Amino acid sequence: MTFAFWFFAGAAILASFLCITRRSPVSSALWLITTLFNVAALFVLLDAHFLAAVQVLVYAGAIMVLFLFVIMLLNLGDAAPGENPRWSPSRVVGFLAGLGLLAELLVLRSAVPPDAIRLPPGVVAGEMAGHGAVQSLAVPLFQAYLVPFEITSLMLLAAIVGAVVLAKRRL
Amino acid sequence: MFLGPALAVSAILFALGAAGVLLRRNAIIIFMCIELMLNAVNLTFVALSQQLGVDGQVFVFFVMTVAAAEAAVGLAIVIAVFRHRESVNLENINLLRG
Repeated sequence: MTFAFWFFAGAAILASFLCITRRSPVSSALWLITTLFNVAALFVLLDAHFLAAVQVLVYAGAIMVLFLFVIMLLNLGDAAPGENPRWSPSRVVGFLAGLGLLAELLVLRSAVPPDAIRLPPGVVAGEMAGHGAVQSLAVPLFQAYLVPFEITSLMLLAAIVGAVVLAKRRL
Repeated sequence: MFLGPALAVSAILFALGAAGVLLRRNAIIIFMCIELMLNAVNLTFVALSQQLGVDGQVFVFFVMTVAAAEAAVGLAIVIAVFRHRESVNLENINLLRG
């Protein structure tokens, strides 16, 4: 299990690195799909089985297909000629900012949650095993988080209307 | 289990996504890097939900919904910009810079 975790973690990091360095948008998108699959595997190892399935269906299935569709619709398959590989000052600043952010996040990792709000180990995994992965997620989603859920549906409606208005040539 | 390592992986993925946003000039690749950062945050939520209850996984649901809506609207904007400029390179899209 530990080996599996590090295998998928390493694969996710490697694929995301390739995603941001490939010049062609299509290969970049394909490496991002690889990353998403590996993160889904990490979700399984972290006791979030249903989210892993949703990750594969929604992210790798729907969102990335939308990205690839737009890339191919706009005919961007080749590497953009304007993409500048040289090290300009803004790139150096971006690289340093990324390193600083990484260091900051790794330091924040040592801030463990306080004992008062922490559940005993194995409670969530036991609930998943007892009630099933779907029910243990659906009950809080449709009881405690019902209002955010309904607001989310309004937001999706607004996104649908906005996407049609923006992408349509003329209404 | 795996709380520390999962948070470290999430930090590395988030930093890679942020570096991609800062380094790349292609608008679609920048959108993909934003998706990568959202995914890194999802990994943090899932890792912490092992100890703090299943609410973290409900939040991941909402993050995924927002990511889907953001991708749809963002790609519509990219298509609209491409129709005007024949390019998705951000160096050519500087109308608002004045």
